[in-house]
Formats: sequence, structure tokens, C-alpha cells
Amino acid sequence: MSTATADILSFEEAMEKFDPVLGFEVHVELNTRTKMFSSAPNAFGDTPNTNVTPVDLGLPGVLPVINRVAVESSIKIGLALNCKIAERCHFARKNYFYPDTPKNFQTSQYDEPIAYDGSIDIELADGTVFTVEIERAHMEEDAGKLTHMGGATGRIQGAEFSLVDYNRAGVPLVEIVTKPIVGAGERAPELAKAYVAAIREIVKNLGVSDARMERGNVRCDANVSLKPKGQEKFGTRTETKNVNSLRAVEHAVRYEIQRHAAVLDGGGTITQETRHWHEDTRSTTAGRPKSDADDYRYFPEPDLVPVVTDDAWIEKLRSELPEPPAARRKRLQADWGYSDAEFRDVVNAGVMDSIEETIAAGVKPATARKWWMGEISRRAKVADVEPAELGVTPALIVELQGLIDSGRINDKLSREVLDGVLAGEGTPTEVVAQRGLEVVSDDGALLEAIDGALAAQPDVADKIRGGKLQAVGAIVGGVMKATRGQADAGRVRQLILERLGVEG
Amino acid sequence: MPEITREDVAHLARLAHIDMSAEELDRMTGELSVIVDSIKTVSEVAGDDVPATSHPIPLSNVYRDDVIGETLSNEEALSGAPDNADGRFKVPAILDGE
Repeated sequence: MSTATADILSFEEAMEKFDPVLGFEVHVELNTRTKMFSSAPNAFGDTPNTNVTPVDLGLPGVLPVINRVAVESSIKIGLALNCKIAERCHFARKNYFYPDTPKNFQTSQYDEPIAYDGSIDIELADGTVFTVEIERAHMEEDAGKLTHMGGATGRIQGAEFSLVDYNRAGVPLVEIVTKPIVGAGERAPELAKAYVAAIREIVKNLGVSDARMERGNVRCDANVSLKPKGQEKFGTRTETKNVNSLRAVEHAVRYEIQRHAAVLDGGGTITQETRHWHEDTRSTTAGRPKSDADDYRYFPEPDLVPVVTDDAWIEKLRSELPEPPAARRKRLQADWGYSDAEFRDVVNAGVMDSIEETIAAGVKPATARKWWMGEISRRAKVADVEPAELGVTPALIVELQGLIDSGRINDKLSREVLDGVLAGEGTPTEVVAQRGLEVVSDDGALLEAIDGALAAQPDVADKIRGGKLQAVGAIVGGVMKATRGQADAGRVRQLILERLGVEG
Repeated sequence: MPEITREDVAHLARLAHIDMSAEELDRMTGELSVIVDSIKTVSEVAGDDVPATSHPIPLSNVYRDDVIGETLSNEEALSGAPDNADGRFKVPAILDGE
């Protein structure tokens, strides 16, 4: 039996000795208006036990009825994962006793999932592609939410009693199960994160889930086992439950690989059990060992009739699918003419959608990238928010770039204008007026500054008269200083040469 | 089909949270065996050409539109609960759950 403070091997050493095998169960909450089997609202954050009907509370004599949209959303997920869709399938009761389900069973699917035998390509940050095989995607319902009271804060350990809110009970879920993922090697933790990110992106793109991990819309159970290098047979696996952020998925898989490696390397055996992930210590502790209590005695749900699909229905749903995220990325990169590295940086910075909107508003692709990857990303980093959350709209960039293109402001001033806009001082044009940031285009004012600069550096003026044109820079610098950067450097240069009677 | 043993019945009783005495286990083992034998007769009649059925009525695709309907009030929802607090059902702390 492993302990909570199990030693871990370094990741590098673990990789020298073992090959990791991964498997994921990702639960996706659908964003239907109502629940899977009742017409109660499917909503987050409402007063406890108000989004409930007798069906959700498992009261005697109730009859569930399947939500058509939930079935269609499930089929769409199956199609997006390149799965086969069952011609006929039914629901089953998964029997267990725990207060999160008032019925003492969860309505799920067992031997006949709605979708099966799929696969998706997962692209890692450096462009490496792994194909992950999908075993099945099945429909089920979420459970109620328990809050453990007394004892430690919110933890079951030491709790005196629990409070249950059934608003979430019956919310439609699709559980996506992978086949064992072999061959990821040292990329396994990275692949784990990328896989969950891809599932989240797909269901969000389909519009079938809000896909907010912080709200539990997408939840991941991560299975890890190790086999000694060269061995075919899989080792004993552990299942780390409810790893609910992308970063945590990566860390949990990495930790379990290191922990398994230490146990196996020390001649021990892995106990097949669930593990709990702790974000604070970035480690797992033992949960429940697999036991005969895991006998759920599934049987076909007698209160629901089978789901039967036909080609017409499936093709109609297929025709409603949006462009897959991976295909969309390929298309956008080609349209915008970005290099692989440039495009990857854009995707990793999370500004692809913003750039697409900005280009659609009429900004050139290279210019849109310059704004989002440059000034806007920089400010987002300082504010510790996502670039898209800064409040920069495509219209704002159009206006800002328009001011630069017309020569009213230069690049340097545009940064100040952006600051002003983000500080709530108004539109770019308003900020330019209020802060007096306009480029000095009045030749009289410029000539005055030029005369001042020439007088201050007579030797430089002589050099220029003598034909040393590279010396003009020093005078331009003096003029820019005098005008606090608000001059058009090109125009200043032209005027200096005219003033000194030199051909440019 | 395998015979029902006393251990099978004890296991099922534990899973179903039913407390059964030694006499009840004995009696139930016998009664369940009779039921299993009866099902066996059905299996003999239904050959491989008869598909398994999960539902006795030949119906499929009975759906509800995704439209919000009547819900219970918080008071109604909790009216049958042995105990409640903060608008929620109050239950003993149970370890070892999913």
C-alpha cells in the first residue's frame, strides 16, 4: 500500500526506465437549457435546490424523458471526435449509494454508448502530432453537489455532516473515454494537457458546452501506468480524479509517472486505486482502492426507451458542425501568410481569435499580429490577464492604425494613445486631442526647432553641408527631443536638408 | 447460467445496503435460484436469432423539447427531507464516496 508521502523518482530517471501509458475520462457538461431527463433549468450558481423537479430528486413514481437537444449535442461530439454513431443504444442504471444521487443510481450508458471508435490528432506546442484513439463517448447525468461541514474546511476528512444541492443533479454529461495511449514517452504530461485542451476547444467550438473548467464544465480523470522499457504488458494503473485545470492535468500526470517509477524501481507494486490531486502541494494522495464495492450492477433503464439514429438525422447534424478547430487554424495561417513559428506563437498567446476579428475589421495581417503580439500582449502580461480580456477591440486598433498611417501620430506616440484608451480616457482620436499627442506637422514650428538644433551643433551642421548625410540623425534627434517626440522624423529630415541646401 | 450461491446473495445484500439475517440469506438463496432456473428456460427458447431486448414495448426515440418547465420551490424540494440547513439537504458525512 502506498503512502501519502511516497518518494518520487526524477522525471528523467523515470523516463530512462519506464514507458508511460495514459488514459483519460473527460466529462463534459452540456449547455442545454434543461436537464438530461427533466425540464428543470440547467443553470450554474442559482439558489440551492430550486432548479429541481421530482425527477431530479428521485421521488417515487416519476418518469424521466430524454432531452432531444442533449442527444443531438452528444452525437455532434461523437462526430467531431470521428466516432461511429450507434444505430441503436439505450440508457442503463449505474447503482451506488451516495448522497450526491438521490435515486441511488446514476442514469448512464453501459454496453451501448451513443458514440464509439473515434480518434483525434493532438498537436503539441512544437508542432508534434499524436493521434489519440477514442474508445467511446456516452451520455449520462451529473450528480448533486456536496459540501462537507464541520471539521476541516470543506474536506470530507473530519466532516460532521454534508449539505447537498441537487441543482446540478441531472445536468447532461458526455463522458469521453480514450483507449490506452502508448508511446508518448517524455511528452506524456504535455500530451495530457494538450488532449484535455483539445477536447475543451472542440466542445466549445461545437457550441454544446460552455467548456469553463473553473466551473466544472470540463472535468478530467487521468489514468497513468508504467511498464518497464521493452515490456508489452501494461502495468497497474491509478486514476487521479477531478483534475480540473489544464496545468493540473500536466502536473498530475507528471507526478504520478514519477511516483509509480519510484515504487516500481524500489521493487514495490502499484495498488489499483483512485488518487486525489492536491494543487497546493502538486502531489496526489491515495483515495479508494478498487474493491468489490465497484460492482455497479448495471442494467438497462426500464423507464427510458432506446435511442435509434438513422442516416438522415446524423447527416443533418453533421451538416450543422462548424469548421473543426485544427482545420480552421490551417486555413487562417495560410490566409494570413504567417510562418509556422509566428502562427504557433499567436496560438500559444491565445490571440488567434482577436487577430482574426482585427483583420476582418480591415487591418493588414502583419499589422494585426504586431499589435496583438506586441503592445497588447505586453500590457496583458503586466496586468496578469489574457490579452483578449484587456478590452482592446478591433475597432480600436483600426482607429489607432489609421492615425499612424495618416501620419497624425507615430509608433511611439501610438503606445501612449493606447495607454490613454485603456485608462478610459476615450477613443484614440479623443486621447490624441486631450493629451496633445499629435505629430507636429506645422513646418513653421518644425523649422524653429531645426534652427535651434543646428545652432546648438554647428560642427554637425558643417559636416552635413560638406555632404556627410549620416550626420543628419543627430539634428533629427535634437528636433525630436525639442518636440517631445511629436514630430514626423521623415519630414524633419527633409526640412533639415532643405534648410542647409543639401540634396537628399 | 451459474447457480446462485449464498455468497452471491450476501454480496448483493451488502451492495444494496440491505441487512439480512442468516435465515433470510438461506431462504433468499433458494428463492433466487428458482428465478434463475425459470430464466434459464427462457434462454433455451430464445436462440441466437432473437435479439436481446432492454424494453418490453417496441418504442424508440421518445424525446422532450429543450424547454424549461415547472420546478419545485426550495421549500417543496426540502419538504420530504429528514433534515436540512441553508436550503440544502443535510446528510451524515459519508466517507468513501465517488
